[in-house]
This record gives sequence, C-alpha cells and structure tokens, in this order.
Amino acid sequence: MKRGEQTMVPRASFSSYYGRPVLKKPVWRELDIAGYFFTGGIAAGSALLAAGADLTDRPTLRRNSRLTTVAALGVSAAALVHDLGVPTRFHHMLRVLKPTSPMSVGSWFLTVFAAPASVTAVAELPGLLPRGLRAPLAAVARPAGLAAAAVAPAIATYTAVLVSDTAVPAWHAAHRELPFVFAGSALAGSAGLSLMTTPLRENAPVARMAVVGAVLELAASQRMERRLGFVGEPYRDGSAGRKLRASKVLTAVGAATALLGRRRRPAALAAGVALVAASALTRFGVFEAGVASAEDPAYVVSPQRERLEAARAGAVDNVSK
Amino acid sequence: MSQPRMGFFTDTSVCIGCKACEVACKEWNRVPDDGFNLLGLSYDNTGNLGANTWRHVAFIEQPKPAGEEPGGARGDLRWLMSSDVCKHCTEAGCLDVCPTGALFRTEFGTVVVQEDICNGCGYCVPACPFGVIDRRESDGKAWKCTLCYDRIGEGQTPACAQACPTASIQFGPLEELRERAHGRVEELVAAGVPDARLYGDDPADGVGGAGAMFLLLDEPEVYGLPPDPVVPTRALGSMWRHAAAAAAVFAGLGVTTFAGRRR
Ligand code: SF4
Repeated sequence: MKRGEQTMVPRASFSSYYGRPVLKKPVWRELDIAGYFFTGGIAAGSALLAAGADLTDRPTLRRNSRLTTVAALGVSAAALVHDLGVPTRFHHMLRVLKPTSPMSVGSWFLTVFAAPASVTAVAELPGLLPRGLRAPLAAVARPAGLAAAAVAPAIATYTAVLVSDTAVPAWHAAHRELPFVFAGSALAGSAGLSLMTTPLRENAPVARMAVVGAVLELAASQRMERRLGFVGEPYRDGSAGRKLRASKVLTAVGAATALLGRRRRPAALAAGVALVAASALTRFGVFEAGVASAEDPAYVVSPQRERLEAARAGAVDNVSK
Repeated sequence: MSQPRMGFFTDTSVCIGCKACEVACKEWNRVPDDGFNLLGLSYDNTGNLGANTWRHVAFIEQPKPAGEEPGGARGDLRWLMSSDVCKHCTEAGCLDVCPTGALFRTEFGTVVVQEDICNGCGYCVPACPFGVIDRRESDGKAWKCTLCYDRIGEGQTPACAQACPTASIQFGPLEELRERAHGRVEELVAAGVPDARLYGDDPADGVGGAGAMFLLLDEPEVYGLPPDPVVPTRALGSMWRHAAAAAAVFAGLGVTTFAGRRR
C-alpha cells in the first residue's frame, strides 16, 4: 500500500471502552483560540502589507496596515490571556524558552513581532507624541516595519505547528499541509481587510496578495484532505465541514472579485468581506475538526490498530523470507 | 548510588475492582470530587482519568469464559478490571509542550506538574496520547498523578499501591518491575491464559516506554487505552520544516505582490 491511500476502516470494527473517547479534547475555547489563529494571521499579513506599502510609497496602505497589525495583535493577546486557566499568570509564558513547545516558541515570536510592530503604529499617530519624539520615531519606523515583516511569516505559520504537535488525530496527521493552509488564509484574510480600507489607487498589490493567498489556501486544503483519508473525515463532516466548505466558496469568490473588481469601490468592499469571513471560517473549521477527531475513539484507535497490524504483517513477511 | 527510575506495574489479572486505589489517591492527594454520578457502565462510575481522577478502575464485561472454575464448570462471562493511571512516559507529550516549565521530570524519572507555575494554558491536555492530564474547572490549572512525589521522596509507597489489597498495583524501581512483569506474563501464559500481554513495557514503543506498565488480558483499546500511542513531538522536526517552507512561501508571495511596476 502506498502512503496516502489509507484503507477505510469500517467504524464497527474497532473496540473501545463503551465508545468513550481515548483522548481528552482540547480545553481551549473556540472563540479565543480559533479566533486568535484568525487575528494572528491578519496581523502577520498586515505587517507584510505595511512593509511593502512603505517601500513602494503607498502612504495610506502603509498607515492602515500598520494600525491593523497592532489592532489585530491587541485582540490576539486579549484572547490568549482570556483563554488561560490562570490569566494573571500570563507572563509565565516567558519564564523559559522551550524549543520542544511550539507555544513557548510562539510566545517569543509574538513578543519579538509586537515590539517593532508597535513602533510602526505609534509612528503613524504623530499627534499623540510629544514633539521631540516625532522625528526619531519617523526615522526608525521603516527598519521597525521591516523587522516586523521579517517575523510575520513565523507568526502566520507557527500556529499550525502548535495544533499539529498534539495527539489530536485530525491536527497531527495534517502537519505537512496545515502551515500552508494557514499561510494562505493569513495572506487572503489580511488582503481582504485591506481591500476594505485601502483607496482604489493603492490597492493593486493588495488584490494580487488576495489572489495568491486564496490559491495557496485552496490548493493546500485540497491536498490535505486528499492525503488524510479516514482521519480527514472530520474536515468534511458536521459543523467543521460546513464551515470549511463555506470558506472555500468565499475564498474563491472573494479572490475572483478582488482580481476583476478592485477598481470599483463596491466590488473591492465585497471581495474584502468575503475574504475576511473565509479566513475566519477556515480557522474555526480546522479547530472544530480537531476537536471532533479527539472526541471520537475511531480516529484514535483505528489508525493505530492498522499501523500495528501492518507492522506485524511486515515482521511475519521478514521471517518467512 | 544514583536514584533509579521508579514506576508502577499494574497487574490487572489480580485486580478485584475494589477501587481502594481511587479512594486512597483522592484522600492522600486531596483531589476534589468529580460529582457523584451513576454512569451505567458496569461498576464504573468514574468514567475516565482526569484532573480530579488520578487512578481509574475500568470494568469490562465480556461474553467469554474466564477459564476453569473450582467445580470444573466454565463460566460464560468474564470480567476484566484494570486500574489506569498516568504512564509517566519516557518521552512525555505533556512535558514536551508545556510552555512554562510547570511540568518537569523528577529525580525519580516521573512527570509532575508544579501547580505554582502552571498558568492553565491547556496545551498538555491534547498533547497526551493517553488522554490523562486535564485542566481543573475550579482553579484553571492542569492536574494529574504525581506518582505521590511527596511520599516517594520520603521513601514511602504511593497511596494507591499501598492501599491495593491484591498487589495488583506494584511500585518499585522500573527495571525490577519490568523483569517481574515479564515473569508474570510467562507464568500466566503457561497456566493457560494466552491473552495475557504487557502494555507500556517496551522502551522501543512510541513513548520510549512507560513508567507505569500494565499486564492486560485483552487488546488495550478494550480498556480505553490507545493501542499504539506515539508522542506527538516525535514529528516536531518535520512540523517545523513544513512550517518553515510555508513561511518562505508566505514571505515570497508577499514580496512578489509588491515587486514589478510601482503603482
Ligand atoms: S501519560 Fe500523558 S500525562 Fe502521563 S506522562 Fe505521559 S503524556 Fe504526560
């Protein structure tokens, strides 16, 4: 049997303890954590747009993207702290840097990202600054923006590692494609938000980013669902399946509208709304698929049983040779 | 002499389902109650391990003869009972992913949560391939079996092993327990119990061998145990490589959207 063509295990054929779950499902609140995956992606994509706008002299796009980055980061931080069992200990996240923990690594990524991103946002609001600080801040804004853009790709993709590094079958099995799904969703979603706020004369690169993000996300999702076979079912079933299907339609429609209609205000707005909604739906759908796969012992037991049987058959083959 | 790794060997073939282990654990560790539920699952009203259940006795009724009975008659029903516990994995998913350092490896080779460090991020919960550790509703922190870190530090036996009336739960240096477990399986197989097998005894398994191993009389999944658990962090290198590739694509696409004609 080749990799990827998993045999479908009939549901009735696995044993379990009264059908109870083998794993604990994630205790994360969906609104907080799926919500953070979405806003974190928006922040990362916006930082990229801000740096690009700065270097290509698109001042409105630059200002809006810098402010969006920091606003999305603020929402992200609030959601992450809110989800903790002991929110007052949020700073324990930075007690250590632990390479084996994607959450520890991610906390440091976020810290390293937030500092320069905040500098760029403050630089866009000179009215709030004492006179003496305005000139120095304007001078460091560009390097700070480039620094934020350099960390942005990590922000957009580490969350896929975070969910994959669990025993949750649908997340763990998807570890090769999920970072690409999340990267595409971050590009398309942030471009969508920017299409709504950017004047038509500056939005050409934004529309391009929406299209490439959408193509990346759709292609990676397709590949993931193909490869996963049985453990990929939760991505198609139930509420998760509905969200992910809606996301695909909105992503495709949003990208097409961005490409063809970016020169007209209503079309740009509609494309933006569709892409932002699609990006959120992707994150909530992936989150729900993981939870569903952890709750059903079939997704835990059947693939492991199959692996054991295959190893046993292999061992017998070797002996008989 | 350095401290040997300590662990549990739970021989389910002599478990009588008295739940003394569940009670002793709760009493000693002051674990809050889980609510007093009737689950309708044979004699199991606990259901599963969790933040407030660090030993859990499973009851399985099977339409299968248990073996020769004293009068020469064969029963037609057998009852499997097994006291489950944290496996104190050699490669522990919970410990690997903990971002604060609250989970740590003790001098006894066990895995313990420091409750004064845990901030309740919840990452350990889905990272455990056995579904052991959980976040407690009342205080928001993660909790699980400590293998009675306080007791064994004083040279005592963990509360569950101490309370077990049939020596189904045995505590000791892991190496010794492994030998004993292998001897016990051979003994049972020779005595006509071909179903006897060990679980968690093999350092070559997906978690590098458990610090708490079991002698089972059926497939692990029958007891609610995963048949071939693998610590999720084994694939971490591959995960980061794929994420790095995706990050490069993300950056590359970002650059290309701005490249070319200005405005
Ligand atoms: S069984 Fe689960 S909770 Fe116990 S050490 Fe292993 S990973 Fe951690």
